[in-house]
Amino acid sequence: MKDFIIPTSMDDITNDRDMGTPASKSLEMVTLTIDGFEVTVPAGTSVMRASNEAGIEVPKLCATDSLEAFGSCRLCVVEIEGRRGTPASCTTPVAEGMVVNTHTDKIKKIRKGVMELYISDHPLDCLTCAANGDCELQDMAGAVGLRDVRYEGTENHFEVRQNGEVNPKYIPKDDSNPYFAYDPAKCIVCSRCVRACEETQGTFALTIEGSGFNSRVSFGAKSDDALHSDCVSCGACVAACPTATLTEKSVIELGTPERSVITTCAYCGVGCSFKAELNGDEVVRMTPWKHGKANRGHSCVKGRFAYGYASHSDRILSPMIRDSIDQPWREVSYEEAIDFTSKKLRDIQAKHGQKSIGGITSSRCTNEETYLVQKMIRAVFGNNNTDTCARVCHSPTGYGLKTTFGTSAGTQDFDSVEDTDVVIVIGANPTDGHPVFASRLRKRLRQGAELIVIDPRRIDLLETPHMGKGHHLPLRPGTNVAILSAISHVIVTEGLHDEAFIRERCDWDEFSEYAAFISDERHSPEAMQLLTGVDAQALREAARAFARGGNGAIYYGLGVTEHSQGSTTVMAIANLAMMTGNIGRRGVGVNPLRGQNNVQGACDMGSFPHELPGYRHVSDDATRDIFEDLWGVTLDAEPGLRIPNMLDAAVDGTFKGIYIQGEDILQSDPDTHHVAAGLAAMDCVIVQDLFLNETANYAHVFLPGSTFLEKDGTFTNAERRINRVREVMKPKNGYADWQVTMLLANAMGANWTYTHPSQIMDEIAATTPGFANVTYEMLEERGSVQWPCNDNAPDGTPIMHIDGFVRGKGQFIITEYIATDERTGPRFPLLLTTGRILSQYNVGAQTRRTDNVVWHDEDLLEIHPQDAENRGIKDGDFVKLASRQGETSLRATITDRVSPGVVYTTFHHPDTQANVITTDFSDWATNCPEYKVTAVQVSQSNGPTDWQKDYNEQAAQSRRILPAAE
Amino acid sequence: MKIYVPLDSAAKALGADNVADALATAAKEAGKDVEIIRTGTRGMLWLEPLVEVETDAGRTGFGPCLPSDAAAIIEGAANHPKALGLVDDLPWMKRQTRLTFQRVGVIDPLDLADYEAHGGLTGLRNAIAMSPADVVQHVTDSGLRGRGGAGFPTGIKWKTVHDAEAPQKYIVCNADEGDSGTFADRMIMEGDPFTLIEGMIIAGLAVGATKGYIYLRSEYPDAINIINQAIAVAEKAGVLGDDVLGSGRAFHLENRVGAGAYVCGEETSLLNSLEGKRGVVRAKPPLPALEGFLGRPTVVNNVISLATVPVIMEKGAQYYADFGLGRSKGTIPLQIAGNVKFGGLFETAFGLPLGEIVNDLAGGTRSGAPVKAVQVGGPLGAYFAPHQFDTPFGYEEFDGAGGLIGHAGLTIFDDSADMLGMARFAMEFCAVESCGKCTPCRIGAVRGVETIDRIAAGDADAIPLLTDLCDTMKDGSLCALGGFTPYPVMSALTLFPDDFAAQKKAAE
Ligand SMILES: Cc1cc2nc3c(=O)[nH]c(=O)nc-3n(C[C@H](O)[C@H](O)[C@H](O)COP(=O)(O)O)c2cc1C
Ligand code: SF4
Ligand code: SF4
Ligand code: SF4
Ligand code: FES
Repeated sequence: MKDFIIPTSMDDITNDRDMGTPASKSLEMVTLTIDGFEVTVPAGTSVMRASNEAGIEVPKLCATDSLEAFGSCRLCVVEIEGRRGTPASCTTPVAEGMVVNTHTDKIKKIRKGVMELYISDHPLDCLTCAANGDCELQDMAGAVGLRDVRYEGTENHFEVRQNGEVNPKYIPKDDSNPYFAYDPAKCIVCSRCVRACEETQGTFALTIEGSGFNSRVSFGAKSDDALHSDCVSCGACVAACPTATLTEKSVIELGTPERSVITTCAYCGVGCSFKAELNGDEVVRMTPWKHGKANRGHSCVKGRFAYGYASHSDRILSPMIRDSIDQPWREVSYEEAIDFTSKKLRDIQAKHGQKSIGGITSSRCTNEETYLVQKMIRAVFGNNNTDTCARVCHSPTGYGLKTTFGTSAGTQDFDSVEDTDVVIVIGANPTDGHPVFASRLRKRLRQGAELIVIDPRRIDLLETPHMGKGHHLPLRPGTNVAILSAISHVIVTEGLHDEAFIRERCDWDEFSEYAAFISDERHSPEAMQLLTGVDAQALREAARAFARGGNGAIYYGLGVTEHSQGSTTVMAIANLAMMTGNIGRRGVGVNPLRGQNNVQGACDMGSFPHELPGYRHVSDDATRDIFEDLWGVTLDAEPGLRIPNMLDAAVDGTFKGIYIQGEDILQSDPDTHHVAAGLAAMDCVIVQDLFLNETANYAHVFLPGSTFLEKDGTFTNAERRINRVREVMKPKNGYADWQVTMLLANAMGANWTYTHPSQIMDEIAATTPGFANVTYEMLEERGSVQWPCNDNAPDGTPIMHIDGFVRGKGQFIITEYIATDERTGPRFPLLLTTGRILSQYNVGAQTRRTDNVVWHDEDLLEIHPQDAENRGIKDGDFVKLASRQGETSLRATITDRVSPGVVYTTFHHPDTQANVITTDFSDWATNCPEYKVTAVQVSQSNGPTDWQKDYNEQAAQSRRILPAAE
Repeated sequence: MKIYVPLDSAAKALGADNVADALATAAKEAGKDVEIIRTGTRGMLWLEPLVEVETDAGRTGFGPCLPSDAAAIIEGAANHPKALGLVDDLPWMKRQTRLTFQRVGVIDPLDLADYEAHGGLTGLRNAIAMSPADVVQHVTDSGLRGRGGAGFPTGIKWKTVHDAEAPQKYIVCNADEGDSGTFADRMIMEGDPFTLIEGMIIAGLAVGATKGYIYLRSEYPDAINIINQAIAVAEKAGVLGDDVLGSGRAFHLENRVGAGAYVCGEETSLLNSLEGKRGVVRAKPPLPALEGFLGRPTVVNNVISLATVPVIMEKGAQYYADFGLGRSKGTIPLQIAGNVKFGGLFETAFGLPLGEIVNDLAGGTRSGAPVKAVQVGGPLGAYFAPHQFDTPFGYEEFDGAGGLIGHAGLTIFDDSADMLGMARFAMEFCAVESCGKCTPCRIGAVRGVETIDRIAAGDADAIPLLTDLCDTMKDGSLCALGGFTPYPVMSALTLFPDDFAAQKKAAE
């Protein structure tokens, strides 16, 4: 007899087997006997899972370990000594001493009987079916030894016609979704899809319609097909479907994959783990990896389906150069391009000084690549003119959290949300921006957690079906600090703060000073109401709910940081978490939702002009010593230029060359005119990217980029998790991005000899305390790790500040509300705020080159019915959107999601150029641009503005490529 | 002069309202001071509308009445052809042991004072004076088993809920009464709603639930109406509310109208429906007693189970347990229907042999032809042939004979019944009513109809297939709809093989 004690198998990342039901979290262990084998499992485990632990796979169809047991297929029945009948093993929990038989004659007969019924309503076209070889129905028919179907199956769902008549039960295939097909003829009605949509995704787009034999999966009553339903195309149902009913179209077209590689999604800051499944070097599908700790087997439409850009014909695969931007591009060899570039940069430095060039790292690229770019700038260019586009989103997070807590990062892992009782979501729209996190949050909301949304728009999260209580505080854009102050005011004046925590973890005198400040009547919700537009009573209730509700967590996004008071808001959030004692354990914390996949990593890796890797100031001698020793150069102790300063200096004529890796600053940075002017004034603009992006219109050198599928490296997600990116296929452009950077650095005199990114990680670990113990071997073994990971925290750090703040005592900062300089007035009476939607990503360079455009083929302006009526605007009209800065035009959509006085749009399409109208106001501490508030006017229009026309003309001119020389 | 006329919907369907109107008119014309009191039914359906006149000796009956009989009744003609004498002395009434139904047909269902005068609320008062655990123990000791079908001991179910820790618990009354030919739940709700309400309150106090729901089928508009009124009366009188009879303990009750599907009577499907979801069966475990309505510990009991609790608490557990046979303790309201002389409700202690019920109580078939089969336990119940008529009416006894008691409905057929047709009907019923969740029932029922059609067409191979299918459905189905449909089918096939073979011959 064998003993099985495998409580850790849920984390065994080499085991992809479907255990049938989710793991139990119980600490109590139960021992039972299954087919004579003794097995010990946590209490609450199903008999099915326990059997799997013992190595006995009980046949099943409706169970899968990502979903709660359902008990509908009845294939998994077993016999249990002392119990009547044949209970389903998936829905029966283990009990001490239980004796289970999984394979008696009676059981075998039932299983065969059930399979015979299934197959009597299933077409027998296995050989030409897309799921052939990857079908659980097929597997089970084999497993139970079904050899004969004796039923005549007169009534069925798969015959199109019967005796020449239309079969009323036949429902044709629904091909409306671009990525997956629904073929009802093959459906076994196991409800896995419906449950995945509810439990995993939280959208409730699917239901079973009808009853009995007429039960059919349906995309809801509202619509007649998948595309026009509530479905957000996350693919959870497709992954859950055991048959060919819901199948990726890529599999239908390309066949079942033969090999797979685990890697990390390159879209948002959630950092989902995926299994890239391929035939040869062709990706057949991307499926969320069940052991991914950020996503726990879930994904969104972008990571799951929108990878087609990697093989899009727009991708540029050879280097190109030109002497001036009015010339067409010339395709050249890497050698020539690198030679051309290095000479040009050195010439500029000779003429204009060492500090006349710089570079921008990418929060899209790997840690290793970012590290190399900043290393090149500091060690080879010889200055600190490095910056990153993380500036445009999350620099206030770094500043605010470092000041208050001592670390520039979020405090939790995503799993933490499972223990949250009350959550504040401020300035974030997780269902669109961070969908997989949103699904995990929604699950908790359905379990009864309380939700407080602070946002000008009524975001989708508030519409979560079956959720606990929801509060919405629809503030006027730009009044975040005012709202947070009012919440703190209520907590402090009503005595709801956590005195014990504050006394232990923070400085009581400092808090008292803060308390005196915040208790002032001018911070009361009543006093703030006029300013913020938020009902004082509603705010009081929300504040009390947060302070009293148990584990309170705060999640925030760009709606917090992209403001002139971005850093102040982050610190106000930190104050709120500290005063309520919500730091240092599961279920609580302050959690920035990072926009791009590697914003955290880009910041960690020393992208900023004033900080070396690990957030250490360039003026710190000891830190510089470490790098100077290793790199064999002398480093500048003075901070370099930030992006806006580089552009200013360019306009002034003192900054002449820039290396931009994987960012499109012309589209993503505010005040497009200013960016364009700065770029136009430079002598050498080098763009390394997948596509001729908007910035490349001003470039002299174009170095082709590689996709995340084509390189090794790591990304660090919003929970500080270092995830491996793996080379799934060879770079179509010949080199991974880090190799191209190395070519340029070496051409400029460096003598780098890296042969694999793991060596770069070794260098990062050797120089950066928080990464000290990180190695590729460790990541291989564990899948991922959260920094800090060093001798103090050998397993990494899922939750920070557990025993005390990194900086010692948590610091309360006085957060005075200062209105933004951006004001509405008679000419610009509306406030514009911007955001993103689910199917598109950032400036859209990738997602626009996929079928995701079916959900969003243009940016739309959301406007309240009242504001629309005043201006004579109808739904779908082309409107002109003007600010003090500029104007653009786009279509309007009328909705009461936004309050009167507020308009909203996305910035995914270059045609819209929403940033033409945003201002260059920015956060006082970090220069993070104020995207989220712009005073605007909206009026009727009949087409694109002059700027849009001029711009498109210039772009077309600039994108010309000479035919390759014969 | 007091005259009692039933307001029960079965009596109304037979013209009780017209009779009541005629009585009022006749009384006026005769210048007599007559008080007409509407009551529930006594359950003698062949006598409805049964009019009762109060006399010194007791209530004398007339029935079945037509409006044209009104004048004579007012006259008090004891020798009227429809005069029945003292109702309590009628053999049908005399042979019963009316515990649960003691007040039905006797009192005005909405007269709380009359209810109390007839022993009502005594049980509740007793329960208030006891500890919750003692109440649970009392119900356990009484031997009461669920009358909704499964016969699960009510006290044990209550104990599970009592022992569960939760911020909120619920009592849910299953008043979906979907079995064809059954009407006991409706009779109680129309005739003595306070009994049900009292039973639910006692359940609430016993397990620590402060909120109850009655899930009442939409096809019972009169019962819905009466229950709603009774809840209002009970609230006003302080029987329901924050302070039940001054006990300081709360119990609130709400009436919800059902979704109209047979399977919604299955307790987990009922809970889904009550939560506003599709009426689909849930897998057990988790038991509703631990994770029921809105995921909270919930007692789900049939109307009769709950309505029997007051008499147990009034007269004592032992009193109740002394009736019955073996592990089937107490009384059972038989509901006799189909091709019979005397149909209706007959409450009696367990143990009566089936044959006595069919031939003696029901008086055999209405057609006069020999009895061919009796289906006991509603549409999912097995058929019994006359050679099994010595089976005593008890849970274990029926189980042993390959049948079940269910909700205690009996439907009687004479020798003209086509048992293959009956088997086909059972499969079809299952196909129509299936919730569609589990495979054996969802696909099996449809294949069952097809397979029986093959047998009818003379395909002998289809008989073993039907037997295999019934095994799959019986052992494999998630709930008793699919799981018990094989009972009528297989009993028809085994007891009446000729009805299946005859078809074959005809086809040859
Ligand atoms: C298909 C199906 C229909 C049912 N219908 C009813 C019903 O109408 N009324 C009822 O009380 N129980 C019905 N039941 C039984 C209930 O599931 C449950 O056993 C009962 O409500 C428990 O109450 P009890 O213990 O008081 O009998 C049905 C069961 C099944 C499987
Ligand atoms: S793709 Fe996602 S949202 Fe759409 S139906 Fe499937 S699970 Fe639901
Ligand atoms: S579509 Fe797939 S997952 Fe959904 S019920 Fe049908 S077979 Fe099951
Ligand atoms: S047996 Fe029928 S009614 Fe019961 S769960 Fe299965 S499909 Fe639903
Ligand atoms: S796997 Fe258990 S019933 Fe389907």
